[in-house]
Amino acid sequence: MKALLLRDLKLAFRAGGGFGLGIAFFLIVVILVPFSVGPESGLLTKIAPGVLWLGALLACLLSLDRILALDWEDGTLDLVATSPLPLEGVVSVKALAHWITTGVPLVVAAPVFGVLLNLPPQGFVWLVASLALGTPALSVIGTFGAALTVGIKRGGLLLSLLILPLYVPTLIFGAELARRGAEGQDVTTPLLMLAGITFGVIALLPFASALVLRMNLR
Amino acid sequence: MMPDLGKYADTVLSSYAVSLLLIGGLIWWSLRAARKARADLDDVEGRRK
Amino acid sequence: MGSIWEYANPVKFSQTVSRFLLPVATIAAIATVVGLIWGFFFTPDDYRQGATVKIIYLHVPAALMAINIWFMMLVTSLIWLVRRHHVSALAAKAAAPVGVVMTLIALWTGAVWGQPMWGTWWAWDPRLTSFLILFLFYLGYIALWEAIDNPDTAADLTAVLCIVGSVFAMLSRYAVNFWNQGLHQGASIMRAGAVTGGDTEEKVSNVFFYPLMMCIIGFVLFFVALVLLRTRTEIHKRRTRALLARERLA
Repeated sequence: MKALLLRDLKLAFRAGGGFGLGIAFFLIVVILVPFSVGPESGLLTKIAPGVLWLGALLACLLSLDRILALDWEDGTLDLVATSPLPLEGVVSVKALAHWITTGVPLVVAAPVFGVLLNLPPQGFVWLVASLALGTPALSVIGTFGAALTVGIKRGGLLLSLLILPLYVPTLIFGAELARRGAEGQDVTTPLLMLAGITFGVIALLPFASALVLRMNLR
Repeated sequence: MMPDLGKYADTVLSSYAVSLLLIGGLIWWSLRAARKARADLDDVEGRRK
Repeated sequence: MGSIWEYANPVKFSQTVSRFLLPVATIAAIATVVGLIWGFFFTPDDYRQGATVKIIYLHVPAALMAINIWFMMLVTSLIWLVRRHHVSALAAKAAAPVGVVMTLIALWTGAVWGQPMWGTWWAWDPRLTSFLILFLFYLGYIALWEAIDNPDTAADLTAVLCIVGSVFAMLSRYAVNFWNQGLHQGASIMRAGAVTGGDTEEKVSNVFFYPLMMCIIGFVLFFVALVLLRTRTEIHKRRTRALLARERLA
């Protein structure tokens, strides 16, 4: 399992695009937003948490089909499935690798981008906290979507369509947490809900992902 | 016979029109698909005999 | 009569459909037409909403069906996963487009009604937003069916998607409720929204209630008739496919 994780990470770093793509996309979104809505700092402050969350989510979405598609094409997935490793563990590791290669860089980069969008100082802690707490959920849900569409050629668009409604609760609570943090309001409810979603999907969704992967491998 | 819808005539009539159109389209589409599936099946089964 | 599982046999199901389709469709048509005409021509205008109150005869049944069709798909998906009856999976597939149309009607009539009432075509009201999300779920579900060649794999995957989607739909409903209240005071919209939603019975007097019930019954039967028809279509398609495959082998 550890070997699988290391292998996935190595591949992601070596292939170049896989690692940098998400963060580059995040940067593009953040840079383009002021051009489209205007440079007024009050407005930017107001929408910064939402924009940062949206950018992170889209960057995450962009890299989802890489989670399983490559392994599917070259047959690695068949090998892994016949190995004694439980498939639930495999999909969890895949999600973890995706989170490390996309989620963590996003979390690290978010404060820098927050400066660009004029995020108020007290918002940074909660922005990072909300992203750190929310992006694992995005990775795990995304792995489920990737497992669903793995057998479909050029399933990228379909994957986005399937994942879009599944991301809604995470986005709502994550962005709400960041926004309340930035405005200095009480953060308890969104914090608890976001944590609940994240730990809930980490605990349960790998079973669904492994189930659909088995159906696809049949 | 036509009730006086007042200033909301457009609102009410357009929602009825679109809804009935959508339902009608769905029925038409379903019936056509049903007929086609039936015809195809009869075709194939006829060939087997 | 026997057990309900007898109808899981495609041949038996087709025969039953042939027997019941016409009566059910006829009653559905009568109920819908009577309900709509009754509502459209013979009910008074609401003192507050004017003539726009007539839209509820379409809006409320469509909204109810939009949710219940998804629920029906959830049940049939579970039956397929547990008992592997093909008819069950095909019924879920057959129901999805009906659900899409119902969601569209609910959204459209809601938007048209909201324009004069709330002064806007679209508000990010929790109810409206939930329906938009439901609409996306339907689209994704249908797209997944279309994208997969192997029918059994498609049935399996869509069934799991339906179950996982249901959980997330519930979660979204809660999240959206929380989100809008968190953003601004939605009280006036919520009160207006009460007319269109589950607490209709309290808000709507009997004059409106009876034709509304008629429409709901009509819509339910209409849905049943369409699903029977469309499921039979799917069975025919499946059988044609199997026969063609056999021909090619021979």
